Amino acid sequence: MTLKKSIEEKIFTITAEICPPKGTDTEAFLKKARLLKGKIAAGNVTDNQRAVMRLSSLACSALLLREGIDPVFQITCRDRNRLALQSDLLGAWILGVKNVLALTGDHVSFGDHREAKAVFDLDSVQLLQVISKLNSGENMKERPLRGGTAFFTGAVVAPEADPFEPEFIKFEKKVEAGARFFQTQAIYNMDKFRNFFEKTKKYNVKILGGILLLKSAKMAHFLNENVPGVNVPEGFVKELESAPDQLKKGIEIASRQLRELKTFCHGAHIMAIGQEEVVPDIIDMAR
Amino acid sequence: MITTKKKELKTILEYLEGKKNILLIGCGACAEQCMTGGNKELLEMAEILKKEGKNIVDSLLLEEACYSLLLKKELRQRKKEIENTDAVLILSCGVGVSCATEALPKVPSYPALDTLFLARVERHGHFTEGCSLCGECVLAFTGGICPITYCPKGILNGPCGGVVDGMCEADIETPCAWVAIYTRLKEIGRLEDLKRTAPPKDHSMKRKPGKVVVKRNDFKKIY
Repeated sequence: MTLKKSIEEKIFTITAEICPPKGTDTEAFLKKARLLKGKIAAGNVTDNQRAVMRLSSLACSALLLREGIDPVFQITCRDRNRLALQSDLLGAWILGVKNVLALTGDHVSFGDHREAKAVFDLDSVQLLQVISKLNSGENMKERPLRGGTAFFTGAVVAPEADPFEPEFIKFEKKVEAGARFFQTQAIYNMDKFRNFFEKTKKYNVKILGGILLLKSAKMAHFLNENVPGVNVPEGFVKELESAPDQLKKGIEIASRQLRELKTFCHGAHIMAIGQEEVVPDIIDMAR
Repeated sequence: MITTKKKELKTILEYLEGKKNILLIGCGACAEQCMTGGNKELLEMAEILKKEGKNIVDSLLLEEACYSLLLKKELRQRKKEIENTDAVLILSCGVGVSCATEALPKVPSYPALDTLFLARVERHGHFTEGCSLCGECVLAFTGGICPITYCPKGILNGPCGGVVDGMCEADIETPCAWVAIYTRLKEIGRLEDLKRTAPPKDHSMKRKPGKVVVKRNDFKKIY
C-alpha cells in the first residue's frame, strides 16, 4: 500500500521519519527501515536535517524503494537553487519516488557547516508551485518537459505556531500551490491541534499529526533550548523526569498521542530522531 | 551607509610584509562614521605602521573613497610624494580599494577593513542592516519591512517553521521578520498583501557586476 492509496482510501495513515547516515555505511539505516516495513505507509527521508550534512535524501529514498518501502522524499530550499531543485525532483521521479515533501529548511547556523552559503533561492510555497508545474509536464519557466512527474505532494505546517494567523495564511498558500497532504510539526497541545484540524477541514488536504518521540527528560530540555519550533510542555517533562525508564515513558507518551489522533485525524507522522527502532512499539502500543 | 570593521592588525601587517613605503587612504563618508577609516583612524594606522618600521609616504582622507575621479585627481596632485609607494592601504569599504587599484595600477592595494552591509544608523556607533541591495524592491507588499534583509533565509511568503513565540530560529533574541511584517500589515489594514503568493525572486536583476549609466536626457524626465 502506497502513501497516496492509504490516504485516498481514508485509512488512518502512519508515516515515520528515517534519518540518513553521516556517511556511506547504510547498514544501520536499512536495518531501521526494515523494522518499519509493513508498520508504516511511508518513510520520510530527511534532507540534511537541522543543516547537518548527511547522505542525500534522494539516494536514501531510492534505497527505501529497493526495500519495498514507499519513501517521502524531503527536499529543502536551503541547499539547492531552482535549477538543482527541479533537476533533483526529476531525478527522484525517474528513480521511482512518488511522494515529495517540500520544506524551507533549517538555517545553516544550526548545523555542522555554519560557514556555508544558505541558498533559499525559492521558499517552500514557491517550491510547491514548481512541483505542480513539473506535475503538469512543464518546468517552472513553463517550457514543456520531455516527460514530467506526477508527485503526491506534501508540505509542513506548525499547528501550534504563535502567532497563528500568519502560519495559517502560509498554510492556505501551500494548499493553493498544490500541497495535498500535510505532515505537521510536533503536537504538544492536543486541544490546540484539534482546533487547527477543524480549521483545515474546508480544504481538500489530508493532515498527518506530528508526534515527536521524547527519549528522555534531558532530550526534552535540549529540544526546548536548541530546536526551532519545539516547545515541550512542562507536563511531559515532569512525566519523563519521574519515570524509572525514560525512553519507555517517551514511547508511552507518543503512543498516547497516536491513539488520540486515531479518533479524529487522517493520520500521524512519527519523528523518532535516531531512535526509529522503537517506532513499531509506539504503533503497537496505540492499537 | 556602508558598514565596515577593522581587520586584525596581524593580517594587515602580513599584507604589508616586505613593503616599506606605504600610502594610506581613508574615507570621510561611511568609514569615518563607522570609526574605521576617518582622520583619527588614519593617524592611528600611521603611528602603528611607523612603529613597525614603515615609511608613510602620504595619508589621504577623501571626502568619499568611492568617488573614482576624485581619487585620481588627488593622486595626480601628489604625484611626487607617492612616487616610491610600495603598497596602498585603504581604510574604506571594498569600493575604495577597487578605486585605488584602478588609480594606481602598478602598486598593490590592500584592504584594512572588512565590508559588512548597507546600514541604517540607529545612533552614533550603532548600525543595523537596512537593505540587501537585491535589485527588485519588495517593500510595497511587506509593509515596508524587508524580508530579504531581516529574515535570515530571505523568504518571501510568510514565516518558516522556525518561529518560536514570534522569535527567529537563527537568532532567538530577534523577532521573526515575517511576524513583524504580519503585525505591520494587520495594523495598516493590508493583510491581503500577505495572502498573495510572491513569485520567485528575479536574481537576474542583481547580476554582477552591476552597472548603471544615467543618460543625459534622463535628468529632465519626470516619468
